[in-house]
Amino acid sequence: MSLIEAIRSALSAIGANALRSALTMLGIIIGVAAVIAMVAIGSGARERVTAQIKSLGANLAIIQSGNVTQGGVRLGAGASSTLTDEDARAIIREVDDVVAAAPILVTRAQAVFAGTNWSTQITATDLDFFTAREWDIAEGRLFEPEELRRGEIVAVIGQTVAKNLFGEVNPLDQQFRIRNVPFKVIGVMAGKGQSALGQDQDDVIFVPLDTGRRRIVGRNYARDASVQTVMVKFANEQAIDPGIEQTRALLRQRHRLAEEQDDDFIIRNLTEIANTATAAANTLSWLLAAVAAVSLLVGGIGIMNIMLVSVTERTREIGLRLAVGARQRDVLAQFLIEATTLATIGGAVGIALGIAAALTIANFAGWPSVVSIETILIAVGVSGMIGVFFGFYPARQAARLDPIEALRRE
Amino acid sequence: MPLIEARELSRVYNLDSGRVTALDRVSLAIEAGDLVAVMGPSGSGKSTFMNLIGCLDRPTGGHYRLDGVAVETLSSDGLAELRNRKLGFVFQQFNLLPRVDACANVELPMVYAGIDGRTRKARALAALDRVGLADRAHHRPMQLSGGQQQRVAIARALVNQPRLLLADEPTGALDSRTALEILGLFQDLNREGVTVVIVTHDAEVARHARRVIRFRDGHLLSDERQEAADARTALAALERSPSTTEAAA
Repeated sequence: MSLIEAIRSALSAIGANALRSALTMLGIIIGVAAVIAMVAIGSGARERVTAQIKSLGANLAIIQSGNVTQGGVRLGAGASSTLTDEDARAIIREVDDVVAAAPILVTRAQAVFAGTNWSTQITATDLDFFTAREWDIAEGRLFEPEELRRGEIVAVIGQTVAKNLFGEVNPLDQQFRIRNVPFKVIGVMAGKGQSALGQDQDDVIFVPLDTGRRRIVGRNYARDASVQTVMVKFANEQAIDPGIEQTRALLRQRHRLAEEQDDDFIIRNLTEIANTATAAANTLSWLLAAVAAVSLLVGGIGIMNIMLVSVTERTREIGLRLAVGARQRDVLAQFLIEATTLATIGGAVGIALGIAAALTIANFAGWPSVVSIETILIAVGVSGMIGVFFGFYPARQAARLDPIEALRRE
Repeated sequence: MPLIEARELSRVYNLDSGRVTALDRVSLAIEAGDLVAVMGPSGSGKSTFMNLIGCLDRPTGGHYRLDGVAVETLSSDGLAELRNRKLGFVFQQFNLLPRVDACANVELPMVYAGIDGRTRKARALAALDRVGLADRAHHRPMQLSGGQQQRVAIARALVNQPRLLLADEPTGALDSRTALEILGLFQDLNREGVTVVIVTHDAEVARHARRVIRFRDGHLLSDERQEAADARTALAALERSPSTTEAAA
């Protein structure tokens, strides 16, 4: 019997008990639909996490000056002021695959323009910062190297500051004050949105590192070339771990730390944090997929059940087929094909339903729905395999029937 | 060489209640072209004998050759092939597939013989024509009378040109008039050269055979040749006096 004939005959057997077949398929339909919808939701969530992490900038490491112990009191990260902009330049020079190393000083201050004022974060840094964060200017321009070198009193502002401090006024070339120092706005950054932690990344004013150090932050930091943080961007993900080790060795050497002394800085790999978040999202996807797989399993058991009923009902038919010359493997194939056809039709309907569900849910949740070809192929493959797997036992029962017994059965 | 050659054929069942000898060292030969009735009350061993010569079962003792093939040595696939090529079965309950038409039912043995669809269809229609049902080829079993269904079953049994037509109580579910028609058909086929073995407990059926073999308690009781009654003649008589239908049975 050719495969096409076998499938046609299976379809006729399925059609003979249309309602029963439909109810049996329902298990597979729900299972496959659940798998597709759940995987799509999981991938959607994962993509959103990835997008948030990406807004931070890829392949970043953050170096903070470390803790200092004064008279037994440990002052915590950033308490020492051992990290300098010279360190940042040395990192670019000597560590492999470093794209940018931005020295950063951060403080909070009140910015004043005409009648309004706005408390915001002041970030004093150099051009490497914008490279590291992959952050573009929207209007105007970034700092000139000359302005950075001379510590000129210019500022580039974030979107939130532009809106709150300047309102309707075009901020370019306007003067505003921070701690009574008059800054000129030379540029407005593109919007960056919320960080993964929910901070408004656009609520910021950038000033040249030296300007910030001398005119805003003042005091301790003004005495030397120290900074709070150095942000390092590597060329690719593989470069991060070896790069961090090189950086550590370089900084220990530059800070003249003896063998037994602890690091006076802390290096954090932001990609690692990103990977952790992605791993959490992956776990969620797997969990959802596992729940869906259980419903597929239940659907498969439904098929097995109905195939057993079918074999019992059609015992005489099986006996007759054996009597006219069907071999055991012919009967086995017949019932396997029937179970597989049942499962595959269920799978096809399930795919349609699953895609519809995924699109609907993604629409409400407001994240991208990811129904991949792979998922669909896997769902089809799995439902076919369920047919074979759960159809095998009933089919073997059928094939092993004794023709005499089978023919005698009522 | 006889078509069927049984030597010391035995079949013992191991049941919970002990060993039951259904057939006890039966030796028998049936020549090609004969029309044989196998008789006996239930439990006599005639069904066991039929299952064995029909290659549905294997003997526990003795030897059986069908058309020269030693059956007891065959695997279950080998038996299936032998049933497919050399045997045609007709059952009391017709055993037609209810979901497909007469033609597809007749095609079934050819499906397992690996014959292609077009040839199958042509041969099935020819077989239906031979049993007088050419115009019913696309009716489903439900749409046919009992006699017609049994004719479809006979067409199915004939379609692979078997060496032996094996009928198990073929008229048991039919009224006496239809039974005569079916017996007439067997006689026609036998005249055309088909070897027919009819298993029955009904003496009226056995009257139409040329040889009657009787079983009792697993043994051969008698084996007689007789002048076969002609079913066509009896039918013609019925046509003349329909009221005597019951009496003829």
